[in-house]
Amino acid sequence: MDEQTRRALVHAFRNEWASVFAATVRLTRDIDLAEEIVQDAFAEALTTWVRDGVPKNPGAWLTTTAKRRAIDSIRRTSNYRTRIQLLVESESLGDDVDAPRRTGDGLVHAVADDTMRLIFMCCHPSLSIEAKMALTLRLVCGMTTKDIARCFLVSEPTMAARLTRAKRKIAVARIPFRVPGALDLPGRVDAVLGVIYLLYTIGHTAPSGETLIREETVGEALRLARLLHALVPEEREVSGLLALLLVSDARRASRVGEDGRAKQISDQDRSTWNQEMVREARDLIDNNFRNNSTGRYTLQAAIAAQHTVAPTYEEVDWHEIVRLYDELIGLWSSPIVQLNRAVAVSKTSGPQVALAIVEGLESDGRLDRYQYLPAIKAYLLDQLGRDNEAEQARTRAFELASNEVERDYLASQLHSAQPR
Amino acid sequence: MAEYAIFLYANKDDITHDVNGSEREEHDRYSEEMQEAGSMIAAFALESYDTATSIRSEGITDGPFIEAKEVVLGLYVIEAPDLDAALAEAQRNPIIKQGGGVEVRPVEGFVVRPTSE
Repeated sequence: MDEQTRRALVHAFRNEWASVFAATVRLTRDIDLAEEIVQDAFAEALTTWVRDGVPKNPGAWLTTTAKRRAIDSIRRTSNYRTRIQLLVESESLGDDVDAPRRTGDGLVHAVADDTMRLIFMCCHPSLSIEAKMALTLRLVCGMTTKDIARCFLVSEPTMAARLTRAKRKIAVARIPFRVPGALDLPGRVDAVLGVIYLLYTIGHTAPSGETLIREETVGEALRLARLLHALVPEEREVSGLLALLLVSDARRASRVGEDGRAKQISDQDRSTWNQEMVREARDLIDNNFRNNSTGRYTLQAAIAAQHTVAPTYEEVDWHEIVRLYDELIGLWSSPIVQLNRAVAVSKTSGPQVALAIVEGLESDGRLDRYQYLPAIKAYLLDQLGRDNEAEQARTRAFELASNEVERDYLASQLHSAQPR
Repeated sequence: MAEYAIFLYANKDDITHDVNGSEREEHDRYSEEMQEAGSMIAAFALESYDTATSIRSEGITDGPFIEAKEVVLGLYVIEAPDLDAALAEAQRNPIIKQGGGVEVRPVEGFVVRPTSE
């Protein structure tokens, strides 16, 4: 296979899987069957494109091929199909099989509608968060069960069983293949954003395992955010989340040193940050601020973006960061946000003030298992010259850290602190 | 169309033996609305949990089968086109505002016979 065909296939898999699968599942109303058909359609693309060249519109080619296979399969097995649980049809699902439901721009919308239905089905509130993440990676991103299992550090059979249970629940409980009505929509969009954010977090600071960045999952989360943003550009928090992922991911290359160890933001090489992603994120953030739409994700993105505004770590505007954190806490008073705010406060009002905040959070107890609390506490105690207490806090952080790279970093800090 | 069971739960401590009049009325009204809408298939209001008797292979014991803070008060069986429609019906259940909650489960199958008398 020549390089051009290979690239076209990889590109199509990444960018067309969701829409091809969504269009297919709308016809088959059977998730397993649709998975099989879409995989076969990609296999057919492999042989046909090598032989005849890459079609002008690979996405349309794949959708047509998958739909044809779906119709054949439905005809062949119509007797059997009456006995199995089928997905609940959406009210607007037409009886069309080959023809686009609408013409012109409508076709684009029809594809978008199906993809949205698929995303909302995978992120339905009646599914557990683990099921939502696994289903989204499998059905919306087309990731293999094996790769999803690796990402969540479970065995392949465990992940396969989780996916089977989730798919069975969709069929048996009749979770609809539908975009929710206007009344439920904001809450349901939030749920989708939560899934994407969690997928990104898992890939980005892998909770355990040997590589800090599970690039695959991070890439998928970013693609999902882009997809959702393209589908519902008017939803401001969607653009907020996209901006947050962009600005965090722009720093990907600088986050791990050449020795494979985690690097603090103060030590990161700012010249390696992806300026194109930073610019895109800043445009999205500015646009939301201009429209007075500063939700949770937009504010988090704005905080992260402050680092990209400053040419060096020393020039970061910590007063503005504290102000943004205050605004964020007004919307979403999570103890983790308060902990992160404490770091910014240490820059504006000194370590003593910040330490009081951290100790307040410590006695609150909700962050008992959160490794960054003792890590930040150690960082503040160091600045106050309280070495023994700092060391105790660092030991605690080390005990809680489950990621090898993070552990290495904490161990090196522990080590460097000891000779003193 | 599919059938869903809606189980009504409340905290043991919140249940008084004298059922509060106005709370009871809210349930009656909700039940009537569902009957009028045609979505209700059956409804069961259970007697107080301390009237329950449980049976295991070891023998008979007093009280509910599961020892928990929450107890089941009753259940509805409704008909709905999909889970979202069933959840929309269940969400309006007055027990939710009264400090309790509901569980919605798809029904696999059921048989009923009119009661005697």
